[in-house]
Amino acid sequence: MSVLVYIDTLSGHISKSVNEAVYYGSKLGAVTVLTNGSVDASALAELGKFGAAKVLVHRGLNTNDAVQLTRLVAEAVKASGATKIVFSLDLTGRAVAPRIAAHLKAGLVSGAISLPDASGVYKVNVFSGKAFGCVKVNSAITVINLTPNSISVETGSGTAAVEDFSADCGAASYTVKSVEKQEGDILLPEAELVVSAGRGLKGPENWGMVEDLAKSLGAATACSRPVADIGWRPHHEHVGQTGLAIRPNLYIAAGISGAIQHLAGVNGSKVIVVINTDPEAPFFKAADYGVVGDAFDVLPKLTAEIKKLKAQN
Amino acid sequence: MKFLVCISKAPDTTTKIEFADNNTKFNEAGVQYIVNPYDEWYALVRALELKETLGGTVTTITVGGADDEPVIRKALAIGADDAVRINGSANDAYAIAFQIADYAKKGEFDIVFTGKETINYNGSQVGGMIAELMNLPYISLATKLELAGNTATIHKEMTGGVEVVSLNTPFVISAAKGMAEQRIPNMRGIMAARTKPLQVIEPVACDELVTFVSYELPKAKSACKIISADNMAELVNLLHTEAKVI
Repeated sequence: MSVLVYIDTLSGHISKSVNEAVYYGSKLGAVTVLTNGSVDASALAELGKFGAAKVLVHRGLNTNDAVQLTRLVAEAVKASGATKIVFSLDLTGRAVAPRIAAHLKAGLVSGAISLPDASGVYKVNVFSGKAFGCVKVNSAITVINLTPNSISVETGSGTAAVEDFSADCGAASYTVKSVEKQEGDILLPEAELVVSAGRGLKGPENWGMVEDLAKSLGAATACSRPVADIGWRPHHEHVGQTGLAIRPNLYIAAGISGAIQHLAGVNGSKVIVVINTDPEAPFFKAADYGVVGDAFDVLPKLTAEIKKLKAQN
Repeated sequence: MKFLVCISKAPDTTTKIEFADNNTKFNEAGVQYIVNPYDEWYALVRALELKETLGGTVTTITVGGADDEPVIRKALAIGADDAVRINGSANDAYAIAFQIADYAKKGEFDIVFTGKETINYNGSQVGGMIAELMNLPYISLATKLELAGNTATIHKEMTGGVEVVSLNTPFVISAAKGMAEQRIPNMRGIMAARTKPLQVIEPVACDELVTFVSYELPKAKSACKIISADNMAELVNLLHTEAKVI
């Protein structure tokens, strides 16, 4: 079976969710990767480690224009004969996968968190992480949008053959006027470790201790909705029902009570640590480890202990 | 300007999720339905704001049965002018998009709005599919939309930042948080909604491309281990040796 994995490399590097999508694809069949970024051929050849046999590189498209990318993917599907097309459920996957699915009249498995079982049924996230749906595809071609951080990846020793690929992608459907990049941070949707805080922190000036803990762990920072709404923290850090849904290995929440809308964004986390002064905070019910205490006291202590551990290893 | 806003019904955000019929169906017993928050708070309200400043009409469209009508009336109470319900089942994103595109093609709409995703299926599928089926541009995850004449300036989320783009109508857009603020319908709106036109049309033939065969609930969490605030060494040790996440 031929599998096409579209990867977004516009940022200039290959992200963890890209590796996951390629590895996922390799479990379905022989993988051809398609990309349009500026990552050089030698770095793309490394995708062989994750199971890619071939990488097709289309240069010249510098945006995630869904109209153009749909044409590009459609051409690559034709060239590769792929019957399974894999995207990562990132912003590009959300824009392009539905279009290419409709274009090919192919069923879209959106938010996949597993490989198909023996009868071809995929597990996906539904009800904002409160349940899983089991999805069967009725069409000849299947498009899959893979949720980041949902499968574990093993690496091999292969090298992928990198080839130039040209396709007529047509005219851009919009003009990019400017780009505001968020600098330096670990990208929250694919972070393995996340430190998050809420109104219990009392003000934006107290976020230093959250950032210190995150730094000691190599974690991304996140926040609850009220904190993003009052402007203490940027909107892109907001996790929850109306913000980002994340699935890190470890989610540490300080000063967040754990309203059901917040849980919707984080209940895919493997391990949850909750720090709250209120022993009745609902978040403790969803937590693996709980600390009843003041974040102002607990966070610096926790940071110190993490640093000790890191110094030993 | 003619705006079409796709509205889906969704269980209230505080709903306890349960399944019936051997885990093949969402258990609707006692469930309070709302307009999907992304469709209502962001897509519908922004369409109404644009109509209020630029003039025009806002039509909502829903694929679903007669029991979707209370939710449709709520969208009318918030300020939509009229509503369309396509009398089909909302099981498969492609089938929903196909019905909406079929209607929208005949309507000469300037902008077709969807929410970023529904909070029950979280698929982020319908907007992109409508755009493809209508052969229109698709701007996904927009957080800001301004219109001058027929030129739109849009902030859209991109990986690690925000892109500001411009394009001319018509197009399809999916609305994320930031696009507008939630509006609470007032009594006049609620009264007026009762008599606003709600047109019911029959679906056109369309294949279902995916089927939800069953559902599962996540495994229940084992009880939370409470660690003393004075013993962060123990927490770190547990995270390192027991949970193995650091």
